[in-house]
Formats: sequence, C-alpha cells, structure tokens
Amino acid sequence: MTPRTAIQIAAGVRAGTLKAADVLEEHLARIDARESDVHAFNLVMTDQARAAAAAIDAAVAAGNDPGPLAGVPVALKDNMCTHGIPTTCSSKMLQGWKPPYDATAVIRLAAAGAVAVGKTNLDEFAMGSSTENSAFGPTRNPHDLSRVPGGSSGGSAAAVAAGFASVSLGSDTGGSIRQPAALCGVVGVKPTYGYVSRYGLVAFASSLDQIGPFTHTVEDSALLLDVIGGHDILDSTSIPARQPSLRDAIKQDVTGLRVGRITDLPEGADPDVAERLEAAFDALRAAGATIVDVQVPAFSYGLTAYYLIAPAEASSNLARYDGVRYGLRVNAADTNAMYGATRVAGFGEEVQRRIMLGTYALSAGYYDAYYGKALKVRRLIADDFDRAYQHADVLLTPTSPTVAFPFGSKSDNPFAMYLCDVYTIPTNLAGHPAMSVPFGTGAEGLPVGVQILAGTLGEPQMFRAAAALERAMGVSK
Amino acid sequence: MSQRITTADVVKVAKLARLDLDPEAIERTTAQLAGMLEHFADIDALDLDGVQPMNQPYPLTNVFREDIILVGLDREEVLAAAPEAEDGRFRVPPILGLDS
Repeated sequence: MTPRTAIQIAAGVRAGTLKAADVLEEHLARIDARESDVHAFNLVMTDQARAAAAAIDAAVAAGNDPGPLAGVPVALKDNMCTHGIPTTCSSKMLQGWKPPYDATAVIRLAAAGAVAVGKTNLDEFAMGSSTENSAFGPTRNPHDLSRVPGGSSGGSAAAVAAGFASVSLGSDTGGSIRQPAALCGVVGVKPTYGYVSRYGLVAFASSLDQIGPFTHTVEDSALLLDVIGGHDILDSTSIPARQPSLRDAIKQDVTGLRVGRITDLPEGADPDVAERLEAAFDALRAAGATIVDVQVPAFSYGLTAYYLIAPAEASSNLARYDGVRYGLRVNAADTNAMYGATRVAGFGEEVQRRIMLGTYALSAGYYDAYYGKALKVRRLIADDFDRAYQHADVLLTPTSPTVAFPFGSKSDNPFAMYLCDVYTIPTNLAGHPAMSVPFGTGAEGLPVGVQILAGTLGEPQMFRAAAALERAMGVSK
Repeated sequence: MSQRITTADVVKVAKLARLDLDPEAIERTTAQLAGMLEHFADIDALDLDGVQPMNQPYPLTNVFREDIILVGLDREEVLAAAPEAEDGRFRVPPILGLDS
C-alpha cells in the first residue's frame, strides 16, 4: 500500500520510487469500494485524474520536477470553480453548470503537481453544519455511517477520512472546515482572512469566506497552505505580504508558547469533548508551553452577529442566481415572474431561509436594528480577541460541542443546528486563523477535535501548537 | 430590538428577495424568522454607543495595481452556459408591459 500523507506521496513520486498512477488507482479503488455508502463526492473525475497522474509520471520520467504535491490525490469542495467541469454547490440552481474558468487555489494545486480526483458534496451553497442540506443527498461519516460528517465541507472531510483522497480543500465561513474536520477525525484549517485567494470560490459571505485544507497530518496542512496561499491580483482582499513557510514554522517546538484558556467561554460542550480539551492543555503544558487564563467577553455574542451578517451578505451574493446568465431557469411570462419562480425552484429550504433572514436584516427600517448592530458586535469580538492575544499566543477551545450526531437529529430546528458552530464562528468574524486537530475519541469511540485559535497571521504559532498536539497523540506520519 | 416580525413583513421581504413563496411557505418562514430573531435579541443588552462598525476583517485600503491586460472569458463558452442566448447576447422573457 502507498503512503497516505501528501508529504510522503510527493517525496516518493518526485524520487521516482512511487508512480502517481499507482497512487491514484489505490485511491480510486477505495472510492469504488465505499463511495456508495459514504457519498463524499458529487463528481468523481476518473478520466481527468488518470490523465493528470500519467502526465506527472511522464514529467518525472523526463527528468522534470512536477512540484511539491507531485501525484497527491486531492478532492475539491464543489463550490470551487473548475474549468469545464461541473460545479454545483450541491444546489439544483447550478446543476450541470460548467464554469468558464478555474479558481486560483485549483490552479495552484495543479501547478504543484496535485491530481484532482473529484468534487465533494456540501450543504447547499455551504450553508449548514451536517451536509444534510445538499440537493444531491447527504454525505455519511466514514467512522459511523448513521452519523453526519459535519458541514458544510462534509464531503471534503469524509473524502480524506475514508482515504478517497490524500488531502482536500474546503471553505470555512463560520466553521465549515473545522467542524467537519473534528467530526471526521482529520486536520482542518481556516487561515487568516485573505491568506488564500477566494477567486473562483462561489461566494457565500464575502467578508467571512476562506479556503483551507483537510489533511491527515499537521505538516500536510502546512504544505498545502504554503502552496495555495499568497497574493492573487484576481482577489483584491488577498493579503499582499509574503507569508513565512508553515513547514518551517513547525520545526520549532512549543517551549515558551503562551496557550490561553478562555475562562468565559460559552458552556455547552459535552463532557467527553471537554475532557479531551483538558487533555490537550495538559499535553501542551508537558511539551513546554505556558497555560494562561484570558477572557473574551463578547465571544458568546458571535452566533447572533454571524447569523445576521452572513445571511445579509449571502442575500446579496445569491442575487446573481436569477436565471439569466447561468444555471436554472423556470420560464414565465415576464422577467420578474421568471426570477421569482426560478429562485424558489432552484434554492433549497435552508438557503431560502437565509436569503429571507439576510434580506430582512438589510431592509429599510431594520438595517440599524439588525445588520448595523451586528457589525458593531463584530468589532467588540475582534477587540476582545486582540486584548486576549496580548497575554496569549494561541487559544484552545473545543472545535464542536459534540461528536458526530445522528442524521435528522437537528434538522427540524435551524437554531439547534446553528449552535454546532458556537466555538468556530467568532474566529471568522474577527478574520483570524483557527484549526482543528484530532485529539482522541469521545462518546461511541467517535473522533474529537481540539480547536487552536490565533490572532491575525498567527499561523506559525498556531501550527507549532498543532504539531505539538499531534506529537502528543503519537500520530504516525 | 423591534416589534415581532409579521406575515406582511415576510411577504414584503420575499418580494425584495425575488422568492416566489407560496402562502404556506410565508407562514412557515414567519414563524422561523420570529424564533431566530428572539435568540438574536441577546445583543440588545450590549452598550454599542461609540463602537465603530467592522465592515471587513483585514484592514486593506486603496488596493491599487498596474493596469495589465489579462485574457477575459470566452464569449461563446459563457453564452453556452446560459439558459437562453441569441445573437451573442443573453435572452430573457419580456421585461416591459407585463409588470407582475
């Protein structure tokens, strides 16, 4: 069997000791065996992947270096544009649409030698925490098929956990990478806002969305961010300054690193999750870090601020699905009637609910009471974090309040589902980086993730802490 | 915060959002939005006077770059993805004279 990590696969392929084609066939065989149960993908790109792997092997045979991700099978969340290859956002609205361009992150992966194996399932337009809101059916958690993989990037998390791809990309607006990473037992990173170009990522909430990796190991996530990160002239919100290599950063241990415990964190984590968080503090202390107490009083207001700001931005972004230029059209006598009929037929219930909530929060007479107020709360949260980071380099919290939950257990109550993201949302509002690292198991032997948070561009410290937790778990590379 | 959201509010918002919701969906949405807005009342307790709204998470201002020529999207390819196209343009149903 070939190795599972991107670092090992790329090293073998570049050295000529491993064939990209063989690596791919092993992953395709696992897809054949289990995809009908897991449903991680909206599309498996078998032919394109085989052609890409053959090209990598040919490059190596010709004495060329295909790059730092040579032959690494990667899965892409199906809200990232792939030129000529269907990109659906798991919505009937975009079923069959073939983008006329590639997302920047997709181009950078290919240029580094990665092999795209498929487009992964998500909650429609990335709105949800369970991947149950997909128009094409839910993804199942590879650890327990009766449970959700988390969401919205549930397909990307499940694809890595099930060995369908070595690594994958997701997008995180309020926790959509970190929460499924925790529930599926893999590493998931939401970088600082602007770290990775959003060009070609179908927009949900533009001031919150970020692309990031799912991987088996912390070093693989560092490698992926080193490849896909960096300025892009096609995204005016991408950060111009060059960032230090995260693979270099994790060579440093955590001696002297100040790890903060948020003493006023909202309650609600299950005991098994809380127990793993304590174990993580112990592990970092044992590795040489200092544990300090900090307060982030506005943390608990994150949920409200988020569920006003994100739907407001979504209602604006999703106005483009009007049946004119791409996607679904339901014909009607005039254009106005066509808009209304198309949008109600194309969008699922949760997407319609958020468009309604966002439109309401932005509408005349309510703007100041809802959206305007939420923007001020957002400022309070960012300021509180900044004060905490004067005393701590990173903060530690649970990623998700619970382990993976059974299908249908939260789908009748939108607010219960929103609570899944209580620990992940404040990071997006502040624009900070955060990541989830698998740290043992909880109830029913299911994976538990610990979340590491850092201030703006605090990725190097965050990755050092993540690598230390991984070493404490004795993860094999 | 504000008074409870009404069915009439939701009908108006649905029109603004270009969502052709049927009466049953209007009722359901009204109840769901009312429930959510109740949860969201927690921020009413905060003193937000003098707090500057935060519009973007990373303080970039005046993003300039050289004016360089990039290859644009292929018109035929773009129009091929449209529900209806004619003579190099998107085709839509009548806009005037049938106002709904």
